[in-house]
Amino acid sequence: MLTLFLVLPLVGAIVSVLMPKERDQDAKWLALGFSGAAFVVSIMVFALFDARVDSYQFVDTFEWISAPDAGFVIRYTVGVDGLSVPLVLLLGLLTVVSVLVSWRIEVKPRQYFAWLLLMETSVAGVFLSLDLIQFFLFWELELLPMFMLISQWGSGRRLYSATKFLLYTLAGSAFMLVGFLVLGAAAGTYEIADLVDNRVTEAAVPLTLVFWAIMLAFLVKLPTFPLHTWLPDAHTDAPTAVSVMLAGVLLKMGGYGILRIALPILPQQAHDSRVILATLAGFSVIWGAVITLRQTDLKRLVAYSSVSHMGYVLLGVSALGPLALSGAAMQMFTHGTITGLLFVVVGLIYDRTHTREIAQMSGLLHRMPLVGSVMIIAGLASLGLPGMSGFVAELTTFLGSLEAHPVATTAAIFGVVLSAGYILWTVQRVLHGPQTERWRDLTDATAWWEVTAMASLVIVILAVGIFPSLLTNAVEAGVAPIARIVGGIS
Amino acid sequence: MSAVSTSLYLGPVLALYLGAGVVLLADLIGGRRAMVGAWALAALVVAAAAGVLQALLGASGPALHDSIVVDGFSLFFTFLLVAVTGAVILATSEWAAQIEDRGEFYGLLLVSVGSMVLLVQSNDLITLFVALETTSLAQFILAGIARNDRSSEAGLKYLLSGAVAAAVLLYGFAFLFGMAGTTSLPGIAAFVRDGAEGLRLPLLMAIVFVAAGVGFKMAIFPFHAWVPDVYQGSPTPVGSFLSVASKAAGFALVLRLFYTGLGGAGTSVTQDWAVLFGVFAAASMLFGNIGALVQTNVKRILGYSSIAQAGNIAVGIAAVAAGNTIGPSGVLFFIGTYAATNLGAFLAVNAVSGRLGSDDIADYAGLVKRAPVTAAVLALCLASLTGLPPTAGFIAKVYVFNSAIQAGHPWLIALVAVAVVNTAISAFYYLRWVRTMLLDEPSDDTAIETPGGARAVLLLASVGVLFFGLWPTPLIQAAQRAAAALLA
Repeated sequence: MLTLFLVLPLVGAIVSVLMPKERDQDAKWLALGFSGAAFVVSIMVFALFDARVDSYQFVDTFEWISAPDAGFVIRYTVGVDGLSVPLVLLLGLLTVVSVLVSWRIEVKPRQYFAWLLLMETSVAGVFLSLDLIQFFLFWELELLPMFMLISQWGSGRRLYSATKFLLYTLAGSAFMLVGFLVLGAAAGTYEIADLVDNRVTEAAVPLTLVFWAIMLAFLVKLPTFPLHTWLPDAHTDAPTAVSVMLAGVLLKMGGYGILRIALPILPQQAHDSRVILATLAGFSVIWGAVITLRQTDLKRLVAYSSVSHMGYVLLGVSALGPLALSGAAMQMFTHGTITGLLFVVVGLIYDRTHTREIAQMSGLLHRMPLVGSVMIIAGLASLGLPGMSGFVAELTTFLGSLEAHPVATTAAIFGVVLSAGYILWTVQRVLHGPQTERWRDLTDATAWWEVTAMASLVIVILAVGIFPSLLTNAVEAGVAPIARIVGGIS
Repeated sequence: MSAVSTSLYLGPVLALYLGAGVVLLADLIGGRRAMVGAWALAALVVAAAAGVLQALLGASGPALHDSIVVDGFSLFFTFLLVAVTGAVILATSEWAAQIEDRGEFYGLLLVSVGSMVLLVQSNDLITLFVALETTSLAQFILAGIARNDRSSEAGLKYLLSGAVAAAVLLYGFAFLFGMAGTTSLPGIAAFVRDGAEGLRLPLLMAIVFVAAGVGFKMAIFPFHAWVPDVYQGSPTPVGSFLSVASKAAGFALVLRLFYTGLGGAGTSVTQDWAVLFGVFAAASMLFGNIGALVQTNVKRILGYSSIAQAGNIAVGIAAVAAGNTIGPSGVLFFIGTYAATNLGAFLAVNAVSGRLGSDDIADYAGLVKRAPVTAAVLALCLASLTGLPPTAGFIAKVYVFNSAIQAGHPWLIALVAVAVVNTAISAFYYLRWVRTMLLDEPSDDTAIETPGGARAVLLLASVGVLFFGLWPTPLIQAAQRAAAALLA
């Protein structure tokens, strides 16, 4: 079933490229069909997932590359546990949303949707892979679609931004590969489960170095201050759908990698580095929030708020306790839905106003009541209002990390205050205020694809906020083994 | 040894040399009407069949007074070289039909590849040197075969630097002969293993000279200066032959010389040359990639890229410090995938450059609209050269880096770190090219026809790139068997 989830978008991508040119306009239906089918599979996986089972589920595996003499045995292995199953669902949902918000793509639609679907396959591979080399393969596979999507269908300095994204990510993942190979050579296996069970205690180079080599890739992806500068550029110049994917699922690859690989395989090194990680997290939250306050571009503002919010994930990770880890894992899911929705709204506004300058907007709520209301919902969720998903995740994280890192947690809580500030201020400037002549003819988002895209995310945000157990059962089961492992270190 | 078994051992070489004679004769008799290309292909088929016979009849071990040897290693390269040459001939028949000296072109190509096969079979310094010089001489003429200024310049440059390299190599051989008292590789191996105590310094000098001489063939830094000029100046079919077949033969030569002759794993001198090749590898990758960044001519980009790729392959040679055959099997696997990849890239460039009338990267804008198949294959091959999944280049890089890291030496891990950073640098120019082809708007919309032969070879190359990326186990196992023969 998981292999199906992995392969469906890929097939869609291939079909999309091979379609005759005359059928350009059908590409979106095709993409909707394949991403929708993948979404259905992800819902089934989520529904059938049993949180009481303490192991990987829906595992598909076979020996892919067999060269035991060279220490090079790679198993194709996919499986989910409580950590990955929410992310799989998130990926399925957000890809459909991305296809919907791309409904009016005019430039090379067949190639556009093919790259978008290929991106879904590669991110799915990252979330599902249980073998280090396979994980790395999908991690690298994601680069090309992203580079192409930003550099062609983006705006502004799109080639610059795409290249910056590419180089940052490649530089990070390069060292990750070295780290993986050193681990594999020391343990004689690349399977994550084996590496977790038989901990590597000695390798050719100090394990602390290996830990940071691997972490570098994840910290760039997360992104963490001071490695975050590629993100605002990429977001600003990317088309809406790509921003949704980028904020919604691609950043989660970083947090997921830390939880899946760095922590359980190298717990001692993670324990030794926890203060540094917490410090980075605190800086990310505060620095990201302060920079966000200063933004004049609506999309850049949401992008910087991501830096701040992903700081909570790192904070939860650095506390290493079960509660904080649950919070981090939940924050990944909720941030994906909330920020995804914010980017959808920003994209809808930009489609109509053709500007992203906050200073030029005023009183938009009167002209676009639906988009405006959704923006308010997303904003409130983003600043952690109780009853919405962001609140649950942030509270859990803070409760879990307060004891381990009081200073960083306090800083992060202060970050929440700042985020309330920039969100309310932005909402006030963009939606309220006097109506101006310039925006007199604006229309609301009423097309079915726009409404569906917004509604689906709003429903998920409210559902998780009101019934957190939808998410917490799986997440707690997922982080429990990790917490056991890192808890055993002192 | 009877004539029958001699011809069995020398079968592929004889087939290729005789084929060269037949091609020249046919050209002489038939003139423009002669099917010289078909004769050349026939010679390659016969050579491949002779290779199959060697494998089936179990013809293995040394022959001809120990001057040559047939083993898994020689067979691996025999098939690889014959296949590469066949692909070049098929894909470039249209170009060859237009040049004046096509008889000479095919004849020299066969002489060159025949000598390469002899090279990978050689078990003795003298055989090795003669084979190397024969193949090089043919290549010098091939580089200049277009008879225009650029091509002549390329040929002359190649000749001059090649001559210096050959002299240096011979000097190194003289050192080895002087110390070991024999020119046979097993004899030298025995000397290095048992009698080399106290001779570390002269042995090291010999190694440096030999490495410099063969470095020219592998086109690694600092013996690379000829590469961009020769690739740019010589006709593209010749360039593709040089960048794949000649480089493969260069690496075969290194493996044979150093693994069989100079100690393989486990002697102190091995550690010395492992470090030497590690330095070469790092420098090649850095120099090749940084050089390629600023190029706008696609053939020069491919030239610099091939220097960088040679550095990647040389990581596998440095991995000898691991003391087992993982390193050479990595080299062989990488060369196998590289052959398909670089051949695809070069032949795709060859297929469009004539019609574009330019090798400028800006003229590749929107190529996917004008020549969809060729552009797609080229994009795939460039992704493979970068090392992106799911192509063969990805697996090849991971496998070679894995071989170096399995050795467990910190300096090898540092070398791999340099290599992966270089991968990131190389992505910059490879993917920029891909982007130009797929996404930019073409300056004019006229379709570019790719001839049938070239199209078939391009599709075959891309199948190879994808197949070995998705299912690499067969090629890895073949490479391991071939590498095991080196240390037998």
